[in-house]
Parts: sequence; C-alpha cells; structure tokens
Amino acid sequence: MVYPSLAMGAHRLWRPLGAIAQTALVLLVVSGISFMFLKLSPGDPVAIMLGSDFSRDSYDLLYRQLGLDQPWFQQYVQWLSRFVRGDWGMSYVSKQDIFEQSVLQALPVTLTLAALSLAVALLVGIPLGVLAAVRRNSWMDLLASAVAIGGNAIPSFYLGVVLIWIFSVAFGWFPSMGYVSPWSEPLTGLWHLALPALTLGAWYVGLIATVTRSSLLEVLEQPYMAAARARGEPSWRVIWVHGMRNVLMPLITIIGLQLGGMLRGAVMTEVVFTLPGLGMMITSAVQTREYLVVQAGIMITALLFIAVNFTVDRTYSLLDPRLRKNAR
Amino acid sequence: MLADSNIRASGPSPWQRLTRHLMRSWQLLRRQQKAMAGMGIVLAFVVAAVFAPVLAPYPPTEQNFMDAMQGPSAQHWMGTDSFGQDILSRVFYGARSALWIGFASVALGLVVGVAVGLLAGLRGGRTEWVLMRVVDGLLAFPELIMAMAFMAVLGLGMNNVILALALSFVGPFARTVRADVLQVKARPFIEAARLMGVPEREIVRRHVLPNIASPILIQAGMRISIAILLASGLSFLGLGVVPPTPDWGLMIAEGRGFVSMAPWMAGMPGLALATLLIGLNLMAEGLRDALDPKTRGDKP
Repeated sequence: MVYPSLAMGAHRLWRPLGAIAQTALVLLVVSGISFMFLKLSPGDPVAIMLGSDFSRDSYDLLYRQLGLDQPWFQQYVQWLSRFVRGDWGMSYVSKQDIFEQSVLQALPVTLTLAALSLAVALLVGIPLGVLAAVRRNSWMDLLASAVAIGGNAIPSFYLGVVLIWIFSVAFGWFPSMGYVSPWSEPLTGLWHLALPALTLGAWYVGLIATVTRSSLLEVLEQPYMAAARARGEPSWRVIWVHGMRNVLMPLITIIGLQLGGMLRGAVMTEVVFTLPGLGMMITSAVQTREYLVVQAGIMITALLFIAVNFTVDRTYSLLDPRLRKNAR
Repeated sequence: MLADSNIRASGPSPWQRLTRHLMRSWQLLRRQQKAMAGMGIVLAFVVAAVFAPVLAPYPPTEQNFMDAMQGPSAQHWMGTDSFGQDILSRVFYGARSALWIGFASVALGLVVGVAVGLLAGLRGGRTEWVLMRVVDGLLAFPELIMAMAFMAVLGLGMNNVILALALSFVGPFARTVRADVLQVKARPFIEAARLMGVPEREIVRRHVLPNIASPILIQAGMRISIAILLASGLSFLGLGVVPPTPDWGLMIAEGRGFVSMAPWMAGMPGLALATLLIGLNLMAEGLRDALDPKTRGDKP
C-alpha cells in the first residue's frame, strides 16, 4: 500500500502525508472501478425502477432525472458526491435505504464476526505456536503443523457444515443459524456466534501458529534471550515478555496481509450460518441482480481492506522502535 | 540478426538455462516428501477427472428417486443425494470441473497479468504509473468479493466463473511480474543485449521472460488451489456453476440442508475438495522451496 520511493528522503512530515495521498488515490481508483461495474451491469436501470408497465414519457423523465443523458464523467462525479454524502439510493427488494441497510445493519454483523474469530484464532493460535516452538519436534509441534495444513485447505463453508453436523445436529449444543447481537445480549449473542467464529477462526489459527512458531524459533537464538535467562528471569517471562515482543511484528504483518482471506471466509461463513452480514447481503443482491446493493457491498469491503492495510502499515513504527527512530 | 546469431552461438540460450534450472528443481523437488505426497494426491484427482466416464459407476446426473438419500453401501460407495444421484460418480465428475476451472482461470489470469506487468515494468513512466494505480485499485478488492461482482455482471455458468476468477487474478500477477521485471531490467546483461542492438521483443523473449519465469510459476502454483477454493465457494453461494453440473460446491450447498438426515451428501464432496486442496498446497509449497533459491537451503 505504501510506496517508500515517494516518501524516501522526504521530511518526516511528508511521510504520513504521502501515505494518505497514496491511499486517497487508491480510493479514487476503487470508486472508478465500482462505478464502471455499475455501468457494465446488464439491464436498463430505468426499466428496472419503473417495473413492468410504464409510458414513454415517464421513462424519459426518469432517464433525465437519473442523469443518464449526461456524459459518463459527469455521471461519475455526481454519483461520487452522492456516495460521499451517504445517499446511496433505495433497494427495490427490501424497500430500504441502502446506506442504512449496508453500513448500519450488515457491516456491524460482519465486523463482530471477524473480531470474534480473530480473538478465537489468537487465543488458540499463539499458545499453540509458542508450545510448538518451545517443544520443537514434539507431538505439539506436529499438531500445530497439522492444524496449519488443515486450516489452510478446508474451505470455511465445508468446515461450517461439519461443525453444524457435530455440534448442532449430533450434540445439540449450539444453534445452527440465526443472529443475536452480542452487544445487546452478550450471552445469547456469543452462543449464536460460537460456531461461526470457530469456523472462520480455524482458518487463521494455523496461520498464526505457524508464524508464531517460526518467528519465535528465530528469536530464541538471539543473544538477548540468553541474557534474559542469565539474569535469572523465570522462563515464562523470557518467552512471553522478551520473546513474544519480537514476534508481534511478523504476526501483525500476516494478520493484515491475510485480511482478504478473512473476508472471503466471512462471506461463506455468513451464508452457512445465515448471519445477516455483508457477505449475505452481497450474495443475495447478486442473486436478485440488485446492482446498487452489490456496489455498496464491494465499496464497503474495499474501504475496509484499505483501512486495515493503512493501519497495519502505521502500526509497524509503534511496535518497532528502530523504525520509529529512522522516521525521526 | 547478425547480433542474434552471435549471442546464440555463445553458450546455452536462456531457455536452455531455464529448462536446466527446471530439471535441477525437479530433482530437488523429488527429494521433498511433502511435495511428492501432494503431487500424488493431485495426480490421483487428475486421473479421476480424466477417466471419470470409465471410473464412475453411474452417469453423474442419473436420477433414481427410489434410491434417494441412501447412506454409503456396496451399490453406492458414497451414498446418494436427494435426487437419488450417485455421489461417488458426481465426485469423479466434480474433479473435472474443479481442475478445469482452476487451471483455466489461473492460465488466463496469468497471460493477462504477465502482459500488464511486462508493459508496466518495461515501459516505465506514465504507462507504468497509470497501470499500477489500476492494479492497486484492483488489489483493494478482496478476491471473492471481486469475483462475485464479476459474476453479477457476467451471469452464471462455468465459462463466466473462469473469466471472473481470471479477472480477479490479473492484479496480483501483474504486480509480481512488474517487480521482477524491474529487478531483471537493472541487471548488466540486459543493457549489454541492448547495446548489441538486440531488438526489444527479442530481449523480452530471450532475456526477461526466462528470468522471471520461476517466480511466476511459483505464484501460479499457489493460485490454482485458491482458484479451486473460490470456484467451489462461488458455486456454494449459488453464484457459480449451475445445476445439474456435478460440482463439489453445489453438492455441499445442497447437502447443507440435509445435514441432519444425510450428512454424507455434503461430507463426501467436501472431503474430496479438502483433500485436493491439501494436495495442491503441499505441491505448491514444494515447488516454491525447489524453485526459490532463497528457501532452497532451508528445508531438507
């Protein structure tokens, strides 16, 4: 996302500004691509809005009202200014404001699911990776690499179905569908989200365990680890304080880099468990050919993607004092 | 032309060097158990796909409502689905569509991505700037979301799945290729060839392409499993291949509704899909370790 060549050698003030300018440029290209997508989509938007029965005059009127008689570039500018103001149009299937439907209703569901899955993945993945590194070549190490290979290869929609079969159908412990917000009803909400979070998190667990293991193995060789041990610090402190501090960087990098995989999994997980998130929204919008809603969905995911990459880039200097020193 | 023949006469051509490099890599690859296990799995699926008409005990779309939703038995090794179709036969034929979509979409994305990356890397200047900003924009969309949006525009069906996936792979391929081209371009032998008056097209064909071939191959290898995962995901969402085509994603989606009565309906095709993906991942990892000089020494 960030192009060092442009920022290199510049005054320290220019560095964040350059990154922001680059991001703004990417946003502009993204909006252009989304707009083109809307223009490329088959079907006549006017005919779709008017329904099956309409007169020539009302068609022409709406055509002009929508600005379709103007050149493309002007249409794009108008669309962009409406988009920035949150005027995204009405959905003709749900008869709802699209901004409200996507940003206020669907997005929080997806974000909650993603956050919970990440929590599951970190809580399981980091200890697994640490144990695999500390007890190298033990059964723990074998388990970690098995989880990594399996988690990477088993598609989340399949894992979801298997978990439903085991935990909903056979044992009846968790519900197989439906969403209750954990923000308003914590216990019921978490109970409903347990299987989805496990499904989506499984993909991350292996990745996090692998990165933790390989980075920690490298860190363990460093002289400061021997120094910490020589000072007589307890081994848990050596590993979790001195060791893990240096594992954080690669860990955050990989979490940021793999966000696309997370979103991919989130879409499928939402559909398996019928959670009313962004993935579900885009999927049904594609099926009913509601291009305005699809467009809103792809814009939101792209913005999310860019925002996370931007934050991950910024976080490096916070975590690594060496980078901070260079920047000053 | 004179300059050309001079270069050819002096030692092995870059393509010969590449083939030699590949042969050496193949020997390294053979020593890796993981890669060989992966290759074995993938080969088994390729055989199943190619010989599906011979191996499948029933036609994949033959419906027999008397035998609907039966568990695995001697007649139906993997059971039957809600239409009474034999799941084993459908899994064999499903391997066909999965592998075909995987290879075709990666190949198509590769060709376009390499062209864009080459153009950007070699031309430089304004062309590069514009192309790379478009690529940045494309990369800002997660692959699945991008493929879903393309499916909305293109409509359902296997060819459109291939096209949608290929389009969403152009960005990543173009970026890798451009980065590699920039590296190769700075090397002295390119300048030497240019000074000798070798035409641009020949420089690309004989000096640039062979030198960027192995990183591209590594990426293509990794992409195939992603492509198959995305394609089956699209079918699962009902945005990909249309029924009654035997497709694993579709079969899992159908089985999801019957998971309490007939768990094998989703279980069997899912198992096939997961196994193939594990095989492809192992193979791609092995390929990377064998071709990439940086990791070659690390792993035995």
